[in-house]
Amino acid sequence: MSESSTSTRQQYTPPPPELGPGQTSHTSITEKITSIVLTPHTPYQWFIVVLIGLMLVGLLQVSIAYLLYEGIGIWGLNVPVGWGFAIIHFVWWIGIGHAGTLISAILLLFRQKWRTSINRSAEAMTIFAVMCAGMFPLIHTGRPWLAAYWLFPYPNSMAVWPQFRSPLIWDVFAVSTYFTVSLVFWFLGMVPDLASFRDRAKHRVTRVIYGVLAMGWRGSAVHWERYEMTSLMLAGLATPLVLSVHSVISLDFSVSILPGWHTTIFPPYFVAGAIYAGFAMVLLLLIPIRRLYGLQDFITLRHLENMGKVMLTAGLIVAYGYFMEQFIAWYSASVYEGFMMQNRMFGDYGSFYWALILCNIAIPQFLWSKRVRRNTVWLMFISFVISVGMWLERFVIVITSLHADFMPSSWDMFYPTFWDWATYAGTIGFFLFAFFLFVRGMPVIAAHEIRTLLPFGKKEK
Amino acid sequence: MPQIFGRSFNWFANVSIVGGIAGASLLLGILLNINRLDYVSHVGMPKDQPVPFSHKHHVAGMGIDCRYCHTTVEESAFAGIPPTETCMSCHSLIWTEAPMLEPVRASFRDEMPLQWTRIHDLPDFVYFKHDIHIAQGIGCQTCHGNVDAMPLMWKAQTLNMEWCLECHRAPQDFIRPREEVFNMNWVPPANQSAAGMELVKKYGVQTSQLTDCSVCHL
Repeated sequence: MSESSTSTRQQYTPPPPELGPGQTSHTSITEKITSIVLTPHTPYQWFIVVLIGLMLVGLLQVSIAYLLYEGIGIWGLNVPVGWGFAIIHFVWWIGIGHAGTLISAILLLFRQKWRTSINRSAEAMTIFAVMCAGMFPLIHTGRPWLAAYWLFPYPNSMAVWPQFRSPLIWDVFAVSTYFTVSLVFWFLGMVPDLASFRDRAKHRVTRVIYGVLAMGWRGSAVHWERYEMTSLMLAGLATPLVLSVHSVISLDFSVSILPGWHTTIFPPYFVAGAIYAGFAMVLLLLIPIRRLYGLQDFITLRHLENMGKVMLTAGLIVAYGYFMEQFIAWYSASVYEGFMMQNRMFGDYGSFYWALILCNIAIPQFLWSKRVRRNTVWLMFISFVISVGMWLERFVIVITSLHADFMPSSWDMFYPTFWDWATYAGTIGFFLFAFFLFVRGMPVIAAHEIRTLLPFGKKEK
Repeated sequence: MPQIFGRSFNWFANVSIVGGIAGASLLLGILLNINRLDYVSHVGMPKDQPVPFSHKHHVAGMGIDCRYCHTTVEESAFAGIPPTETCMSCHSLIWTEAPMLEPVRASFRDEMPLQWTRIHDLPDFVYFKHDIHIAQGIGCQTCHGNVDAMPLMWKAQTLNMEWCLECHRAPQDFIRPREEVFNMNWVPPANQSAAGMELVKKYGVQTSQLTDCSVCHL
């Protein structure tokens, strides 16, 4: 070991604490988190968001009602583009959900303590995002009341089963498992906090509601022991789901033989994209909420910075995926693959491709700068750009691959209709509406986990 | 403040776990089996007809062959509902005054066909063909039951798809010699599966195609 290397070695600086300076005791934490919910006062900004959300939910209802009445012909779908906005948005929403599971399960297993202030809201985001995602394939069937027997294998009186070799049926299992595990994990995590609400609530109705939701939690040592064990087991169950769900969804595409879909890179590249989009959405939601409710002591700049780093990493994996698609298009020497890539970059939808590169690869490189990662306005901007970029990615994959396949005589363009956009906007409204209801009525931060972050609460030496 | 839900409520949580699973399974079981109920498929339930026509009387009592009335069963998808003239070939000579047969005579006078209520009604997306089933040795009795014992017509089988597939997946269990197709009293031999396999081969039943969607749903 030379003299110079030891002298340039940097002094180790411990990471800043997970909590801001304002939070020093168990009581102050619980008080702060319960005060968001157990108060007659609701910030007017909350009403604005919920109102916008509700109006969009109305639009969603009208869109779905009209769809059921008229059929999926109201969307811009036709031969050859039979998978349009519905599938784009299915993948987009499912992807957004992944950040919640990653934060709550994988970071729990890796004992990343900083996750405790963001895991609850990220899990809620997962639940609502998966709900939005699930709507699309259901209404895409045109007759959702029949979808159960098309999708679920059950011993029916027709003695027929779904095609188990089809990735579409794998999807049904992947998404429904994902939703169930996420829901149980999310709800279980809230039980101790709901019990705090129950004990602190003044009004009888509130006490009954939180009393039912707390499911008899008394905070005894036995309860805590079982709680910790169940959390760990659920985290173990949810961890493979982070990787498997979006892998299975990518198989919807890659199992087919269509150029642009038939790619082995898809599963890892979809998972990275999901985490990318998911963290962007977490930031988009949490930055305004921490400001609105004064949660800067819980969701500190350290959290935002960490999320920026995760986004940067995921973004680079996604960029590698784009590069590999281009490389393989050339390396395979297949005319169809080559044409697909050329058409993607310079064809009718070329502008979408370059916008995608700009949004998903170019602009997020600002995250290399620490100042950007610690600046909420920059983070909001980059997160928004990434959300748009991930939408563009799914658009490019679904539409440009389908609209010009092997047979030039069947090539055609896809143009979304008003109802395509209305359904999409409606799910965004539903998402906002549901999320803000959650913020108003449920513990948005895991108070009992945050309490372990206090200096005297830490178990480690 | 005392708790609203005391310890005595704990039993509810335990019961809800077991009850939730049991209740959901029960509900699912009911939903899945509704289609199999005779009440839904109308098995064994006669329907109102303009004339209370008795297959029992005409087949078992008089010994009339199925094909006397259902004339196209051997060469057409549709077995054929007899025109009023077929009825009148006998009933212009016997029971000519019977009040029960007045709709038949009215139909003959006014040249308006009788409006029978269909008993065996498959969904429109099922393209069933009588001729091929008759030609390949599937007896009337296999699907329509012992019509010679029915004073009024009713369904003997559910006509659910799982019932169709029971035979399409294993025709050797149901096939019979061609000459026995119209025999209402045919009893399968003890070695039906083996004997049936012989017939399947002899008649050239393409078992590999029998469960293709397009065989029945075109």
